Amino acid sequence: MPPDALRRLAHRRSFLRLAAGATGGVGLAATARAAGAVEPLEVPPWSRTPGAPVASPAYGQPSPFERLGRRPRTPPPFPGAASTGTPLQHLHGIITPNGLHFERHHAGVPAIDPDRHRVAIHGLVERPLVLTMDDLLRMPAVSRIHFLECSGNTPWLGAKPSWTLQESHGLLSCSEWTGVELATLLDEVGVRPGAAWILAEGADASGMSRSLPLDLARDGAILAYAQNGERLRPEQGYPLRLFVPGVEGNLSVKWLRRLKVGDRPFQTREETAKYTDLMPDGTARQFTFVMEAKSVITTPSGGERLGGPGFREIRGLAWTGRGRIARVEVSTDGGDRWQAATLEGPVLPRCLTRFRLPWRWEGGPAQLLSRATDETGYVQPDRAALVAVRGTQSFYHNNATFGWRVAADGGVSHAG
Amino acid sequence: MRVSVLGTLACLVLTGAALADPGGPATGLHERTARFGIGRAATPEVLAAWDIDVRADGRGLPPGHGSVRDGAALFGARCAACHGAKGEGGSADALAGGQGTLATPKPVRTVGSYWPYATTLFDYIRRAMPFDAPQSLGADETYALSAYVLHLNGLLPEDAVLDAGTLPAVAMPNRNGFTGDARPDIPVPAR
Repeated sequence: MPPDALRRLAHRRSFLRLAAGATGGVGLAATARAAGAVEPLEVPPWSRTPGAPVASPAYGQPSPFERLGRRPRTPPPFPGAASTGTPLQHLHGIITPNGLHFERHHAGVPAIDPDRHRVAIHGLVERPLVLTMDDLLRMPAVSRIHFLECSGNTPWLGAKPSWTLQESHGLLSCSEWTGVELATLLDEVGVRPGAAWILAEGADASGMSRSLPLDLARDGAILAYAQNGERLRPEQGYPLRLFVPGVEGNLSVKWLRRLKVGDRPFQTREETAKYTDLMPDGTARQFTFVMEAKSVITTPSGGERLGGPGFREIRGLAWTGRGRIARVEVSTDGGDRWQAATLEGPVLPRCLTRFRLPWRWEGGPAQLLSRATDETGYVQPDRAALVAVRGTQSFYHNNATFGWRVAADGGVSHAG
Repeated sequence: MRVSVLGTLACLVLTGAALADPGGPATGLHERTARFGIGRAATPEVLAAWDIDVRADGRGLPPGHGSVRDGAALFGARCAACHGAKGEGGSADALAGGQGTLATPKPVRTVGSYWPYATTLFDYIRRAMPFDAPQSLGADETYALSAYVLHLNGLLPEDAVLDAGTLPAVAMPNRNGFTGDARPDIPVPAR
């Protein structure tokens, strides 16, 4: 809290003490409570008896008072081919707890025995291989912190004022991923001349498959077996997933069973019928990989109700698939004036970056917006600028600025 | 004996130096990767059950054939419950119709209106359909279902039969409808 705010608070407290001392009485005590005076502290029951023993449970769980969970935005017709969002409005820092990482499955979560799992790498290579999980664990391991965002995060159409951040931006998470660099494995098998694309295929019931160009495969992609220090969760690809940083999430094929090196894209259903961006002229953009710079305010955000005027910190997340976030600006008046937010480190490439800005809500309406700039100079656009080029049927890659309206009663909803 | 031990030591020292600089130009690819020596050789026999992808030029299509008529019966039994009796869509995607709608405010993306390659249909059915029993259909059944879905879109006559030679040759209406990634596509605002 800034020094002048502390001084004001101290002044108010001494005024209340003086007033109570002068006249006393029930009315003034109520006034004091309403103004934030504290009741005498009690010694609670948990301080009067020893607590639970160690290892209860052996694998620690959140406090029973914490009730966070992932949920789908709308009830899915096929629960196995659906998505759930991360409750970003209730999280802190940049790392997503493993149990809250967003989900997108195409045919459910397979129950894979790691001892029976295999990954094959073949095609235009000198020495095609089949590897076990033990094989991969013997190879050089890297750990990198990156965001993962579904290309369908933040729908172009159907936004509702009642949306929470989980509903508008929940297909976004950030973890430390550990595994073998794909480049290491490609060197191990020896890529043959003419190789240009790699098919990545999952062992789930959809046989999820995407093609990625060789240069992207060598740009930090990982065959990941661990997430935030522990083995992958089943819904994140246990025992092995591809993780391709900075690009649309569906390239990071889960339950990875096969990599096939070829000279051209394989034109799978996911990269023709599905993850392509339809333009107003009827053509569609294909192989739209990178997730461009984007940011959103996480608090205050939709569904929240501000308890009263006064100081509160505006906080949010910014990220880009092109290197690092360079700057985030925040507006509290719908975009007329912008202030530079503080980037709360670390500021890592292709990673969520936390930003914050001190704010004093005066009790009237406010319109909160954030705008990210990445190290390439790209500035997060507003929705109108994107729609002018892409229309509203492109479905994916909506990285527009996203506004929260604070009403005079403190209610926060999506607008603008 | 002494010579042998020294030889082993020298070898270890060289290996250590090479690993300390894995990107070093002095170390050849084969020389370096041979040192891992991890994994088993993936021969075509080992890979046979997994090597199921089909490319746009038809490479990967198996022997066999299937007719529109056979596909109609199979579709009714295995697909229609989710995709509709004529592929018009239901709880799952519409597979037919929508041609000419892509540039309208309400585009309908189906196999006939949107998919650029007929081969993708075979690949996807073989790996992922029916939703409740993927990889349960044989090659003939997969050809037959592909033929029927293409027929529902007016792209094959009722008496057509598909195989590895004819499937890649089916002319798809939106074959040339795809472009590359044009982003960044928004001008940077002036400050």
